[in-house]
Amino acid sequence: MAVQITTAEAVKKIVDQSSVMIGGFLGAAVPLKMIDEIAAAGVKNLTVISIGAGYRGGGVDVGKLVLNHQIIKYVTSHVGTDPNLIKQIVGEEVELELSPMGTFVERVRAGGAGLGAVVTPVGMGTEVEAMAQKITVDGKPYLLFKPIRADVAVIKAYRADPLGNLQYQGMSNTNPIMATAADIVIAEVDEIVEIGEIACEQVGTPGIFVDYIVQGHRYEERKTIYEEMWIATNKL
Amino acid sequence: MPRNYIARRIAKEFKDGMYVNLGIGIPTESANYIPEGTRVFLQTENGGLMFGPKPKRGESNPDIANAGAEPITMLPGGAVFDVATSFAMIRGGHIDMTVVGALEVDETGSIASWKIPGKLLTGMGGAMDLLYGCKRVVVAMTHTDKHGNPKIRKKCTLPLTAAGVVDMIITDKAVFRVAKDGLYLEELAPGITVAEIEQLTEGTILNIIEWEHIEIT
Repeated sequence: MAVQITTAEAVKKIVDQSSVMIGGFLGAAVPLKMIDEIAAAGVKNLTVISIGAGYRGGGVDVGKLVLNHQIIKYVTSHVGTDPNLIKQIVGEEVELELSPMGTFVERVRAGGAGLGAVVTPVGMGTEVEAMAQKITVDGKPYLLFKPIRADVAVIKAYRADPLGNLQYQGMSNTNPIMATAADIVIAEVDEIVEIGEIACEQVGTPGIFVDYIVQGHRYEERKTIYEEMWIATNKL
Repeated sequence: MPRNYIARRIAKEFKDGMYVNLGIGIPTESANYIPEGTRVFLQTENGGLMFGPKPKRGESNPDIANAGAEPITMLPGGAVFDVATSFAMIRGGHIDMTVVGALEVDETGSIASWKIPGKLLTGMGGAMDLLYGCKRVVVAMTHTDKHGNPKIRKKCTLPLTAAGVVDMIITDKAVFRVAKDGLYLEELAPGITVAEIEQLTEGTILNIIEWEHIEIT
């Protein structure tokens, strides 16, 4: 069951030192309006949990929180797209917690699914061994990683109904996984529709996981924002 | 010329019906040279299978992008999914081949591609999962770095992305097979001599004598 609130109300759930999961993938399918609200709210010392940094070049989407120096710790698998973030990590302003991408995703999934750890062979024989605990299962060596959870997850979906059921379009990427792994889950959507308009087989994230729904940019607005960004960076 | 040569050579590794994940840069370009009549299912780790070329302006979809968050299209029969499903494909051994770039590769099939201490900090992204889980690993890279130093080493000097996983190395100068016992030279690029390859490759080439023999006769 979810409650529809404004982005201004939703951002109050995030305070100084909150851990915040942000859905999306290097700028794609990110909750743009909520990120703008977090940037405007100026909350500090955030732990941001996101599969990668923002869109290449930095300064947009999650990169706005970097420019504002709002982040104290970044939990991720990749920061290569944001030079500002790299600078803050090298300058020891931001603590970096890395894991391989597939491991990162499973750690979030484990956090949401009530599991105690992720056990994976990925990273054996590399520096990643030092980031985890080594264990042996049936004679084979594995790395054990702890689950990841957050105080608040801010995710992006296409449509929501008043029960909090979410429908995705295109690549849902990290959004449905993060929807399970935070104390408070805020879903930013293009459209809010009546109960029943999202057929049960179209539900990507059942409403049981979602606490708040906020109206984001409508689809056509979002399309314009992305086309302009892609044209400006010579990708379209 | 070299860059285009590598992409074209990678394309010869595509076999009909293969599920393939291509790294950014030259590997991605190789999709432009998939042989006619060969159907290859391209996977992107952010959650897509069977994607096609980039869309025209005005026809992009903000939620259809590749792993670099660049616009792509989905082909008829394609599928989109979340990243946990995507890495189940990758880590779980369902992808037939990955083609990736590298900073260094060594004669034991280890690869370094994600970090230069004190210089390059990006994070490993999905590279470690891909290298571990894909059935076949092809490395595509320039034969030497920008200073002319060999990138095919006896032992990688940079932090590893994965140990002992590489099956094939394609450079602008040659193609190598990486077997359990070491490196085998398979092909020379047009105009390249065996002597040049010997000089620009630090790793031991196990069949070099046979190649020298071919060149003399």
